Parts: sequence; structure tokens; C-alpha cells
Amino acid sequence: MVDGSAAVRAIDLSVYYGSNQVISGVNLDVARHKITAIIGPSGSGKSTLLRCFNRMNDLIPSFRMSGQVLFEGRDLYAPDVDPTEIRYQVGMVFQRPNPFPKSIFDNVAFGPRINGFHGDLEALVEQSLRRAALFDEVKDRLKSSALTLSGGQQQRLCIARALAVRPRVILMDEPCSSLDPMATLAIEELMRELSEDYSIVIVTHNMQQAARVSDFTAFLMGDERRVAELIEFDETRQIFTNPADERTEAYITGRFG
Amino acid sequence: MLRADFDRNLKLLQDDLIELGNLVSQAITQAMDALKNRDLAASQRVVAEDDVIDQKRFELEDQCIDLIATQQPIAIDLRTLMAVLHISVELERVGDYAEGIAKVTLMMGDEPASKPLFDLPLLADKASDMLGRSLDALILRDAGAAEQVCEDDDQVDNLYKKVYRDLLTDMTRDPKSIRRATYLLWVAHDLERIADRATNIAERVIFLVTGKLPGVNES
Repeated sequence: MVDGSAAVRAIDLSVYYGSNQVISGVNLDVARHKITAIIGPSGSGKSTLLRCFNRMNDLIPSFRMSGQVLFEGRDLYAPDVDPTEIRYQVGMVFQRPNPFPKSIFDNVAFGPRINGFHGDLEALVEQSLRRAALFDEVKDRLKSSALTLSGGQQQRLCIARALAVRPRVILMDEPCSSLDPMATLAIEELMRELSEDYSIVIVTHNMQQAARVSDFTAFLMGDERRVAELIEFDETRQIFTNPADERTEAYITGRFG
Repeated sequence: MLRADFDRNLKLLQDDLIELGNLVSQAITQAMDALKNRDLAASQRVVAEDDVIDQKRFELEDQCIDLIATQQPIAIDLRTLMAVLHISVELERVGDYAEGIAKVTLMMGDEPASKPLFDLPLLADKASDMLGRSLDALILRDAGAAEQVCEDDDQVDNLYKKVYRDLLTDMTRDPKSIRRATYLLWVAHDLERIADRATNIAERVIFLVTGKLPGVNES
């Protein structure tokens, strides 16, 4: 992919916790306004890789990396980069919805307020909730606690919260794992809409979800030393009809997990 | 072993497909023997047996749909099921051609056995051979062997054209032979179509193994 057309780019990325290597030499381009899925067996470093894209791994004391991560062509780990600012531009949604113990409104308004947003906060909250396909369900109770929402609604609230601070990229770490099938499909539908304006990366252990929702799929797998490498990366269509690597095929057909 | 159940069902499915292939191959042999020997009873049996072939094909289709619905097949598994589905249809059509040959024998009625069959037995051998080899290629997952079947279709086409010319010559030389020659033309046509179906099966084998359908342009 030509430089600049990738939203996020990993170049020869290796990750260590202390002296323990966990990821080896990953080269990956996250395409703009597309959905990229990262799949692989449990413990294969998928979430670790994802967290490299918004410097969440900085919060782990023993974290070390070599190689580069570029965000819109700029080195994400350059000394003059503010990690907090990055985490607005590269938003994240987690496996278990984690709304703040505040009102629905205050959840979404939290980020903009901290950033000193001086515009029409109510309009921004409404817009974010609409984009997360949640507004109609909660418009009459924006002041009620976020914790009264269902799991699927809470997850969409977390997406609205991420959208309120105007990200470019949205990272999703198994966003539907704790949701029922209907809520899962609703989130997938939302992802497709969002990908028109945002670049999305989703880590998922649900093969069918990766096949349904993503444009590109990356398969990560650990070797015998439990160091993860990128085995294959291609258009989702290709990965799921005719993968190039037999390890990819063995994993996605469930012959090994 | 993960998915042992699924693998077992896939194996059984393929076994059933090969069994259908055997039934169809037998039908061709029996129809041709009946033609050579003017055996009307044997021809009637081939016609009746075609119902069994049709039934088996639908059972195969059912099994494929079942596995697609319940096992979420992708990649090699999906290609395998699609290939079995397509090949079962091809085999059923070959069965129809064998039935067609048997019906010709019935239409020729009490015509004596001594009149020549031209190169029809040779054409039948080549077509049967291609069919057998296309199914062998499936069992062995051998794309090279499948490609060879496709290439051999030219030989069959050339032999068909020769038979066609010979039959036409026969008709021109002896108008009393026109009716009989026409029947044999139909047989020749059925045999040439059998060979065509064998190449279709071979193409599906290539698709199963490589993920690409031969002759389709990639954009």
C-alpha cells in the first residue's frame, strides 16, 4: 500500500514485555475507511498488537517495542507525540462495555469537556449517540445512569463516547464477545456504517464475524516459543475462500485452534 | 481431533459421490454393450436404473445443503462442498446420456447386430476413460491429472467429427441406411457430451484444489 493511504502502519514491529518477546516482525497496513480484522488463537498477541496502535501498551511498565508504528504517516512513538492526544484520535472499544458510572449524557460529554470543548455540547452528544445508533433508544433518558442500559446499548454508548472526541481510527477488542447474537449483529451493522468515515480495526475470535464484517483480515499466530508473527494478511474474501498459508486454513476451518 | 464429525461426514459425502460415479460409469458400459448386442432387455434396465441415479444425486445435494447449513464451511471445506454439489449434477447428466444411448437401442428395435457401429465403441471408451480419470483426480486431489482430462477432450471432439463424417458418407452412399445412421449419430452425440461433462468435472477438481476455476479471467 502506498504510504499515506494507510491509516495505521506497522513496520517490522516487535513487542517485548521485559526480556520476553511476544510479537515478532509484524508488517501491517490498516486501510483507510475499511475494516481490518485481526484473528488468531488465544494468547497470540492480537490485543497486544492492537494496543500498539494507540499507545495503550505504554501503561504496562515492562513494555518495549522495536520497529515503527505510523499513524497517518507520522511516527506514533516519536518523542514529541502526546499519548493522551493519540488515544482520542485512535479510539478504543473493549470486550466488556465499560461505561462510566455516570449518566448517559455525561459519559459522552466527558471527553469533550476534558478537552475544553466550547461548542454546543448537547448537539455533540446527540450527534455522537446518533452515529452510534443509540440516540433513539435513549433520547428520553439522557440523564439516567448508563449502568441501566443493556449490554448491547452500553457497548454502543462506549462507541458514542469514542466518537465524541473525533477519532480517525477506532480499535475494537472483541467488542461483541459479551453480547447476545442480536446485539452482535447490531454492532456489526454499526461498524459497516462507521467505516465510511473511520478506519476500523477489530480483534475477534469469532471467525464468522471476521468473515461477515471485515474488508481485510490479518492472521496472527505464535510459534513454538509463543512469539506471535503475522502469518497471512489479505482481503477477507481471499482468506476465507482460498488462504495462501496452510496454517491459516487449518485455523479458520477449525482444524486447530 | 477437532471437527472429527465434520471430517467424517465430508469423507462419507465423497464416498457417496464416487458411488454415483460408479453407477453412471456402469450405465455407460451397459448401454454400449446393449447397443452392440442388440439387447433390448438390458437397455430397458439401463433406462429404469436412471431413476436410481437421479435419486442418488438429490440425496447428495441434500447432504451438501445440510453440511453448509450446520458447519459454516469456509476455504477448502466450502470449495469441497461446492465441488461435490456441481459434480453430482454433472454425473446425473451423464446418467441421462447413458439412458439416451439405451433408448436408441430400443428405438432401433429388432435391427440385426451385424451392421457396423463405426468408431462408436472407441468413442465410448475414450469418454468413459475421461470420466473415470476425472473422478480419480478428485480422489487424489490431483489438479495436474484433472488438467490432462481437459486437454484430452480435443481427441474426443476429433473422433466425434470423424464418426459424424463416416455416418454422413454412409447415408449418402445408401439411403436405406439413413434411419439407422441417424440413431448412431445420436449415440455419438451422447458420447461426446459425456466427455464434455467429464471435463466439467475435471474443472471442478481444479477449482477445489487451487481455488481458481480454469478459464475464468481474474480481474
